[in-house]
Amino acid sequence: MKTAMVVLRKDLRLEMRTWETVPAMVLFALVTFVIFHFGLNRATIDGQLAAGVLVVTLLFAALLGVNRLFVAEREQGGFDAFLLAPVDRTALLVAKASALFLFLVVLEVIAVPAFGLFLLGPPLGHALPGLILLLALANLGLSVIGTFVSAIAIHTRARDLIGPMLGLPLLVPALIATARAAGPLLAATHASSAPPGKWLLILALYDVVFGLIAYAVFDFLLED
Amino acid sequence: MFFYAPLDVSQGFVQKIFYIHVPLAIVSLGGFIFGGVLAIGYLRTGDRAWDMRSYVAIHMALIFGVGGLITGSIWAKASWGHWWVWNEPTLVSFLIVLLLFATYQPMRFSIEDPERQSRYASVFAVVAGAFVPLNYLAVSLATAYVHPRVLTLNSANLPPSMGLVFVVSLVGITLLYVTLWKFEMAAKNARSQVRRLRRTLLGDDTVRPVGRSAAPS
Repeated sequence: MKTAMVVLRKDLRLEMRTWETVPAMVLFALVTFVIFHFGLNRATIDGQLAAGVLVVTLLFAALLGVNRLFVAEREQGGFDAFLLAPVDRTALLVAKASALFLFLVVLEVIAVPAFGLFLLGPPLGHALPGLILLLALANLGLSVIGTFVSAIAIHTRARDLIGPMLGLPLLVPALIATARAAGPLLAATHASSAPPGKWLLILALYDVVFGLIAYAVFDFLLED
Repeated sequence: MFFYAPLDVSQGFVQKIFYIHVPLAIVSLGGFIFGGVLAIGYLRTGDRAWDMRSYVAIHMALIFGVGGLITGSIWAKASWGHWWVWNEPTLVSFLIVLLLFATYQPMRFSIEDPERQSRYASVFAVVAGAFVPLNYLAVSLATAYVHPRVLTLNSANLPPSMGLVFVVSLVGITLLYVTLWKFEMAAKNARSQVRRLRRTLLGDDTVRPVGRSAAPS
């Protein structure tokens, strides 16, 4: 756990000094909202359409972060150094997933209000508590699967392609649950302020199952 | 299959494709999970033979899956009037699983070191095998049911003669899968053995080195 904290602190410091990943994710999300506005030719959207636009935008912005996740390790020989150190290898999974989780939180803190401002018809405030809970669960799944996929992809030749290619189908169940749960939250009529429990349950189950699987197999991705 | 089983009252002769489509799909999903289980064998032992078995199992399951998708599409066109129906959990979740496993070979191909290729592919196969049931759960909750629920556990909705034919087809396709799997394994083993023999008998220069490939060698 201590190792994970150290690696996480290193990642955050790296990001604070270079500002390489998070601004790119945020800008990408904002530009995507603009494109959606013109692509759909709608001034405001609500309900399931709004949920879909939000979730898809966040997903693709997250994939940018996923692609960059292990780049520093690979270029600077961080993998070898980590393997030489007498520490638990799973710490790297925990650290990288936490870093990705924090990146996603920063992304959402900016992108979700921007979405409310630019595109969303009904006011955002009403849906916010439910949306925060939902996005926290979704971020958990995204960061675990993202880290896992990134760790596979970083050692392949076509790593920018392999990452999203493996990640997108694996993330489909989580996205279905997130989009479906967010739909009623963003509805124009304010049908409910709490996301449907069924989808939260599915999302939580997804997080737990893939968290455990990633924890179990991550060791094999670092051996050399 | 064509003569023994009675004609379906509402669908007629087209319904016969059911005896090929459903077993193909079931065997393909079973093959993916089988590949995942074999991959655990590789991760536990580190023996490349397990990776070969897992690779062949997933490869075969992919072919069966494409067959299942095509026959299913034909059946859907005949009985529902559309080639593709989105509000249909079995169909959609099957497509997602197929898309996931379609990335298996490109992933293998883009890893050059054979040992790392085996390890990463096995890790992927384990995760993807576990993904199959979870994905089905999520997709089936997201959609309404239209598929004929013929395989519910408690009550068989098929008349006995149809049920018998279905079980026979399922066993037949499963045996076909197992046979093809064994055949492919034997072919791959024989090829590598021939290579080894040529190399020892004729010298290293006469045998061309194996090119980069998705298949374990």
